[in-house]
Amino acid sequence: MSVARTALGRTRRNHEFALGFHALVVIAVGYVLLAFSKDANLPPDLAVILGSMFGLYIGAHIALRKLAPNADGTLLPIVAMLNGIGFVTISRLDNAIARNQAVWSAVGVGLFILTLIVVHDIRVLERNRYTCAFVGVGLLLLPLIPSPVGVTLNGARIWARIGPISFQPGEIAKILLVVFFAGYLVDTRELLSRSSRRVGRLRIPDPRHIAPLIAIWALSMLVLVFEQDLGSSLLQFCVFASMLYIATGRSRYVWGGLTIFSLSAFAAYKWFDHVQVRVTTWINPWPTSRTGGYQIIQSWYAFANGGVSGRGIGLGSPDRIPVAVSDFILAAIGEELGLFGSVAIVLMVLLLVGSGLRIAIDQHEPFTKLLVSGLTIILGVQTFVIVGGVTRLIPLTGVTLPFVSYGGSSLIGNFIVVALLARASDSTTGRRQRVQVP
Amino acid sequence: MNRPIRNVGFGIMAMLLALIAQLSYVQVVRADQLTTDPQNFRVTERDFARARGKIITADGKILAESVPSQDNLKFQRVYPHGPTYAHITGYQSLLYGATGVERVYNDQLLGKTIQLSVGNVDTLFERDPTLDVRLTVQSAAQEAAERALAGRKGAVVVLDTQTGGVVAMYSSPTYDPNRIVSHNDKRARAAFNEFVADDSNPMQNRSTRERYPPGSTFKVVTTAIALDAGIATPETRFPVLTSLPLPLSDKSLSNFGGNACGGPLREAFRESCNTVFAQLGLDLGEALATGGSKFGFNETGPPLDDSPRPVASLGALPGTFKTRQPQFALDAIGQGDSAATVLEMALVAQSVATGGNMLVPHFLARIEDPKRPDPNAAMQDAKVWRNVMTPSSAANINEMMQAVVRNGTGTAAQIPGIAVAGKTGTAETVKGVAPHAWFIGFAPAQAPRFAIAVLVENGGGAGDNATGGRVAAPIARDVLSKIFTTQP
Repeated sequence: MSVARTALGRTRRNHEFALGFHALVVIAVGYVLLAFSKDANLPPDLAVILGSMFGLYIGAHIALRKLAPNADGTLLPIVAMLNGIGFVTISRLDNAIARNQAVWSAVGVGLFILTLIVVHDIRVLERNRYTCAFVGVGLLLLPLIPSPVGVTLNGARIWARIGPISFQPGEIAKILLVVFFAGYLVDTRELLSRSSRRVGRLRIPDPRHIAPLIAIWALSMLVLVFEQDLGSSLLQFCVFASMLYIATGRSRYVWGGLTIFSLSAFAAYKWFDHVQVRVTTWINPWPTSRTGGYQIIQSWYAFANGGVSGRGIGLGSPDRIPVAVSDFILAAIGEELGLFGSVAIVLMVLLLVGSGLRIAIDQHEPFTKLLVSGLTIILGVQTFVIVGGVTRLIPLTGVTLPFVSYGGSSLIGNFIVVALLARASDSTTGRRQRVQVP
Repeated sequence: MNRPIRNVGFGIMAMLLALIAQLSYVQVVRADQLTTDPQNFRVTERDFARARGKIITADGKILAESVPSQDNLKFQRVYPHGPTYAHITGYQSLLYGATGVERVYNDQLLGKTIQLSVGNVDTLFERDPTLDVRLTVQSAAQEAAERALAGRKGAVVVLDTQTGGVVAMYSSPTYDPNRIVSHNDKRARAAFNEFVADDSNPMQNRSTRERYPPGSTFKVVTTAIALDAGIATPETRFPVLTSLPLPLSDKSLSNFGGNACGGPLREAFRESCNTVFAQLGLDLGEALATGGSKFGFNETGPPLDDSPRPVASLGALPGTFKTRQPQFALDAIGQGDSAATVLEMALVAQSVATGGNMLVPHFLARIEDPKRPDPNAAMQDAKVWRNVMTPSSAANINEMMQAVVRNGTGTAAQIPGIAVAGKTGTAETVKGVAPHAWFIGFAPAQAPRFAIAVLVENGGGAGDNATGGRVAAPIARDVLSKIFTTQP
């Protein structure tokens, strides 16, 4: 339910417009510099690209003015910046793919607006939490349906093909599962925080209350393990444990989660060859520099080649990095924009996470608090998983860098996440204003 | 619920700060080490994407240069006389690395070695300064060698007896390096594979990387060892024999064509009398092996500025004379264990010409800065690699070698007006296969300037008539006379 525009809302929309203008200037300059690195001509499609970027941004901006006038004003500019830098980097690597990415960005903005319309009140989702669980698990299972629906690509079976469209249902499923977790935790958090059973010295919640949660979570984990999608299962687990912690305020869910995570990670290391390979190349990639360690070493070379200030857009050799447009896009950015560029991306994600968690804190309804926290945690942890992977801080698992990497499903999912954050922030601002002005 | 949300916020912040720390570690702390890692393709690629200096002959012919190309490598390496100089220039390939002068002087060609001095501060502001590599190779000599070999398998090496510089080094068959350095990977691979699959092995430098029995040309070495050891003089007389019974066996060694020969050593040398030199080898015994080591046999290959490096030549094995006496008789006439590179035999000829010294062989005359030409800049000077015989022995052998060309086995090497000293060799290989034809020598004999070694594998199709005198000596004559007619 959208509310009337308030004074704060007006300020926020004006800031959003101004910040967005800055982001667009940075992106446009990047695109022009990229063209100049090849020859002294302006890119022939500059007007089209600039026009569409401006159009998309203004579209999203006006949608917020109309549909959620009091929403947080930092979300959209950060998203525009991340998405724009991603687009310039992808154009530098592969023009055809960049064109696809532009189309996906447009679809993403469309779904952003659609989400604002459909979820006119965030409580709509709370009422449909079981539908969300059902659809979410269904989407997760989709790639496991035999060909021609399920498709294995790069070793992971996370693609589904329906008609001419291929997509990764997991990117949407993870949002739906967060909705379900939030709704279910609101129902049971009182019971879960009271440990009613004792097993030896351990006090655990009543299994009746926690069982459905464990069931859905275990199912999603199992599916992800079968699909060999390690990155997503790690992400899912972190989100799940953090939401339990937020709902109950009991830190033992964090420690318990960490214990279970360590044990299952160790088990995965013992049982699955591909996990073992990931870990050994993480610990020391150099002996397999031409096979298993190739990706990560090329990524390091690219980062090192960039140094502090970067080679300049179009002047590095990021085409040497495998899958540079998606998983390894930060290596390409680090090579051409340097430490400045790579750190800027991480800081922008940090700002986005900060905005998200502040929105969560501002909420009054437990469901929205949990939902917004969960969605924000996805953005932060996903960034940690992939950037940690490509910089060899942690073993590499393939997930996308939100808004930056190439990938339609991920882009659409993330635009929906931001729409939900905007919707949540709009409602609280309105309420706060109304309380302040009797 | 707000406290846990804040805590989760701190957790995520810690994770993202850890990313920033790791990014700083890779992009700042490890950056230098990673960007210079030899496996880092970007290093090679950067070398390729910049201009590279020229490789030029002593007389100014361009053997290798970089021309702008339209692809992302920016420059295409071109070898204008590709096949003729392939075994000298080598190639610089993105796929197969670099060989030859291209490899040895890579840093110079890329201008990495330019020293800043008061006189050339402007190099600071130059984009990609390069240096040129001037060789000691003379195009007249190299091209004469190619013409004279006329496609026969073999090699010609000409050395400057004053500087040690390589004046010509031609190996046949050869290959076109332009095809290997094509920026079209598919074409480059096809060319490389074609050359590797070719049975005639065109990429092998037969001057430095292949060993052949040196045959009678090795008698120069045997004679030098004997004269130095004092067990013979040019006048020492040997019995006239048609064959020499070999000790510790029931075999005997016959002279070429079953002829009887002998008499003074001087005569035996001129006629290349096998029985005499085999006897000399037996008389020398262990001294033949230790003397051979002095010439570099069974030691390391000559220190030529080439890549891959020349292989070492082989000879009589020290410490085996007692049990392998017949072998020593064969070794002394350049058969048996003897196996020499063409470069090694050119160095043997050079040692006679210089009065006893083998000079360090080299392709490099000097490094030149095309922007600051200095015609008076010093050329690479002569360094002694090995001192192999006394000046008096050298003088004696010089005379004996002149007699070979004047009225011995090597008359085909005569050049009107210039005294040529030489020694022929006809090296048996396998029964039924034509022998290798050799000629080593130098000219002018009184004041030597150039030493030469010629090898034609299996006589180059001359069949049973193939001898060093008939097949190899005319090649030496053609190459040397060409050098002298083009000399200023």
